[in-house]
Amino acid sequence: MNILNLFIVIPLVMLLALWASRNLRQIRSVMVVGSTLLLALSVYLTIDFIAQRGAGADAPFLYTDSWTWYAPLNICYSIGVDGISVAMILLSAIIVFTGTFASWRMQPLTKEFFLWFVLLSLGVFGFFISMDMFAMFMFYETALIPMYLLIGVWGSGRKEYSAMKLTLMLMGGSAFLLLGILGIYFGSGATTMNILEIAGLANIPVNVQYIFFPVTFLGFGVLGALFPFHTWSPDGHASAPTSVSMLHAGVLMKLGGYGCFRIAMYLLPQAAEDLAWIFIVLTTISVVYGALSAISQTDLKYINAYSSVSHCGLVLFALLMMTRTSCTGAILQMLSHGLMTALFFALIGMIYGRTHTRDIRELSGLMKIMPFLSVGYIIAGLANLGLPGFSGFIAEMTIFVGSFEQPDMFHRTVTIIACTSIVITAVYILRVVGKILYGKVKDEHHLALTDATWDERFTVICLIACVAGLGIAPMWVSSLIDGGVANIFTILHP
Amino acid sequence: MEFTIFILALPLLSFLILALAGMKLPHKVAGLIGTASLSTVTILSYVTAALYFGAGRGADGLYPTLTPYNFTWLPFTQNLHIDMGIMLDPISVMMLIVISTVSLMVHIYSFGYMKGEKGFQRYYAFLSLFTFSMLGLVVATNIFQMYVFWELVGVSSYLLIGFYYTQKAAIAASKKAFIVTRFADLFFLVGILFYGFYAGTFSFTPDVRLLASAGIVIPVALALMFVGGAGKSAMFPLHIWLPDAMEGPTPVSALIHAATMVVAGVYLVARMFPIFIEFAPEVLHTVAYIGAFTALYAAVVACAQTDIKRVLAFSTISQIAFMMVALGVCTSADPHAGGLGYMASMFHLFTHAMFKGLLFLGAGSIIHAVHSNERAFMGGLRKYMPVTHITFLIACLAIAGIPPFSGFFSKDEILAACYDYSLMMGVFMSGVAALTAFYMFRLYYLIFWGKSYYEGQLALFNKGQISEKPHAPHEAPLAMTLPLIILAAVSCVAGFIPFGEFVSSNGHAYAIHLNPAVAISSVLLAVAGILVAAFMYRKGGSKVVLTVKVQSKKFIVAAYHRFYMDELWIFITKRIIFRGISRPIAWFDKHVIDGFMDLLATASQAFSYRIRRLQSGNIQSYCIWFLHGVMLLALILIFLV
Repeated sequence: MNILNLFIVIPLVMLLALWASRNLRQIRSVMVVGSTLLLALSVYLTIDFIAQRGAGADAPFLYTDSWTWYAPLNICYSIGVDGISVAMILLSAIIVFTGTFASWRMQPLTKEFFLWFVLLSLGVFGFFISMDMFAMFMFYETALIPMYLLIGVWGSGRKEYSAMKLTLMLMGGSAFLLLGILGIYFGSGATTMNILEIAGLANIPVNVQYIFFPVTFLGFGVLGALFPFHTWSPDGHASAPTSVSMLHAGVLMKLGGYGCFRIAMYLLPQAAEDLAWIFIVLTTISVVYGALSAISQTDLKYINAYSSVSHCGLVLFALLMMTRTSCTGAILQMLSHGLMTALFFALIGMIYGRTHTRDIRELSGLMKIMPFLSVGYIIAGLANLGLPGFSGFIAEMTIFVGSFEQPDMFHRTVTIIACTSIVITAVYILRVVGKILYGKVKDEHHLALTDATWDERFTVICLIACVAGLGIAPMWVSSLIDGGVANIFTILHP
Repeated sequence: MEFTIFILALPLLSFLILALAGMKLPHKVAGLIGTASLSTVTILSYVTAALYFGAGRGADGLYPTLTPYNFTWLPFTQNLHIDMGIMLDPISVMMLIVISTVSLMVHIYSFGYMKGEKGFQRYYAFLSLFTFSMLGLVVATNIFQMYVFWELVGVSSYLLIGFYYTQKAAIAASKKAFIVTRFADLFFLVGILFYGFYAGTFSFTPDVRLLASAGIVIPVALALMFVGGAGKSAMFPLHIWLPDAMEGPTPVSALIHAATMVVAGVYLVARMFPIFIEFAPEVLHTVAYIGAFTALYAAVVACAQTDIKRVLAFSTISQIAFMMVALGVCTSADPHAGGLGYMASMFHLFTHAMFKGLLFLGAGSIIHAVHSNERAFMGGLRKYMPVTHITFLIACLAIAGIPPFSGFFSKDEILAACYDYSLMMGVFMSGVAALTAFYMFRLYYLIFWGKSYYEGQLALFNKGQISEKPHAPHEAPLAMTLPLIILAAVSCVAGFIPFGEFVSSNGHAYAIHLNPAVAISSVLLAVAGILVAAFMYRKGGSKVVLTVKVQSKKFIVAAYHRFYMDELWIFITKRIIFRGISRPIAWFDKHVIDGFMDLLATASQAFSYRIRRLQSGNIQSYCIWFLHGVMLLALILIFLV
């Protein structure tokens, strides 16, 4: 039995078990057991994958398997992973695991919350293990729909509006995406939906590529917060409950970057080469514009959402620079951003749960009241602004070094513009840290607040360990990813 | 030399221990852990130096460059990768000595200075982190490793400046320090990227042919790197963070903002010196001019400050600028023919670290005694604090360049290098050196001579005009005076070190010899500066001072406000970036881009309301619409088919 199937089976079993659960204790047990299993499985997968590669397994995808699902349209349930998807699966498992603990005291309708939560993670895992475009699309939609309910029911603030906006914009993106997938399918002669086979055929006419590359890239780009289709992100994050924000920014936004790379660029290489400049301009705007608008926000979640726009913009930017190093950097940035944004949103959720406000003008001197959370926040901030020793640094440096390998004026200029984001990031991070953590306590009611509980500490420590682990020992992840990127580059940029 | 790994590992270890378990440890234990690890590091550094220089020169007459460790930390491409390792060569070994010595002194001193302070453990944890990063920076085997530790040094400085995190000024200062240096680091990074791409490596010893074929790019890359160095080393106009950084605890100012971190920029230029001199001499000379201007500017501002730490901060800026000038005036790699400045700069870096560390620690001792940074609360302290007084005087003599104190020798070499370069540069820097003597002795006389604030207060108390009895200033405890004495001793003898034997621009031994004309003139100038200061400030409130103050009031006020450079900073950050760029963008995002999305939603909703009326549930209207449809279809069929 292929172990990748377990990434679908375990969430399915969890869904059933949750459905059958009678009380909070059972729900929590199911979640802890299930998410721990997923995490263990993904760690095993990573180690085994590296071992197999080391032993000389040089097929582009390992653990491949395929079952025909609907023969007339050549739809198969084909699975398989390369270095990139292994990294993404590991990331997702970490976020699902920590997200479980971050929503330990979720109220009300706990059972339903976790049902949707697990369905969302099922979609995410399914997406990363699929090699069939249609199956990928299906899992993608599976991951999107629960988001609507998770925000609309368990959110805060203008939750209905935000949930609706987020869903509609992402659905709009999927419409483009479906169009793109169909274009690729028929363009390549309508014999297969399998990504690897289409890439092998390499027979999509260039004029067809020109039409469907922008469509597909845009479709995934909406999820990757591509300017100017990013506005769902600030509102969506602000309204979402903590663990949903974590999962959304941590994993779901990565689906966008992953899809752009795996489908849009890999399958439509010629158009990607020729039309990249359009999107490079847009992503450069994303990077700088997101960071600049984060400076003057007053809601903690808005600051982070705009920061995500900037960082995810950098992911797409790096992909479009189309050098092997920059694309490795893009995947590293996905990992790094996933982990540190999850950490950030977890901390913001914990602070909000105590103070009931996220407005930085009302918060002050939290360091005195909740030292653990504050120190966590500073670490998250330092990771976010790319301090060496944390994951952000290695990702950004890989991206910048990779982008610099494009020696022409245009690429150089946009790279230098993108580099300025490291300064702007420092500005908004330090502004928040100085305003809410340092200084004297402004609101006397805050003095009675307590520091983190055990489940919160556990979440924060796990995520910090991941962020620091990736930042201190980057070589193994970097080589893991580089293998996957190298394969794509045999087609993309020979 | 494999043991050198402990020089890095121990401070890191003590940082981790103190950071993770620190809050549970008693103050003494936390301090001891930090100090013990640092003492070991200091011993190891001296052993390293002894072994390294003791092993003698190789057959080519140079000290060999050793790399006991080097491994690929983060691979980018075939040629480009970040390596982490330890490289020992004359300047890095010299820096190990400087950093570990000053850091150890500060560790010991802080026992007394920070006693009973909340967050004592945190303080020692940050000190360890800083020491680790700074040591990692100087032993870097390649430019990217240097950048990695460069950033870490920046963040430890940020954390230490903001140590008193409930005070507004400290928060603002730490933020400013980090952002200004980060801004400079952006240029450094871009410089590294250019360098890496065209040199094909991040190492300090690239393929010379590749560099030669790169043309104009290499000077540009080096200039960008210099901007990064200028940020850390507080060259005009990126110096604005350093005076504010004095908000941190005083020992921190001594360690980071006087002796070690701020010279990182000088070290960077020295590190890249072979490439500078061969491929970008023009850039090097520009460095000299920027340095010369900064030296003058900072010296003038220092004359008008009233906060003693600010005076020292500006004096630091000015002295670092001297080092930059010395590097910048080099015209060749041969110390006998235009390359003297390199050795002079490193020598001055070494002696300056000792006497400036001493000055700051002395200032800390004074602040500890009078509980204020302002000179108005001082005066006449020589009676109350004899040890601080003598050691401070030694440091002042050293920085003023009076023989036989260390500063005389190093500054003399710098001036000699300047005269070699051009007469104008030499005269200019001699003038700044005289100004240095003046403002340092102004400070000295204001603190230790003149009217005593305490005695004045006491007299008022005795007359019954104030109700609270003033505290008498007292000498600091042994933990604080011991480092002062040690550093003072070093400042007395460091000048006699045959520095050129160890460090020179081309690596060959260079015998330092004093140029009598330069030496005599500079000593005379320094003495003149001291005499003027003594004349004006020894008695306190002399008529001359008042006349000068009235005569040049505007100028003094401007200098006191540092020629309004900080207002410029506020203007740029608050007005331009925050209000001028960020706010409009946020507005644009919310109202225009998001507004457009909302408009789409509203439009489709409005449209849907319109067509909803068709679904009225009214059979007759359905029939009418049905009839219309049928007729339309019929027409189409008739006319088109």
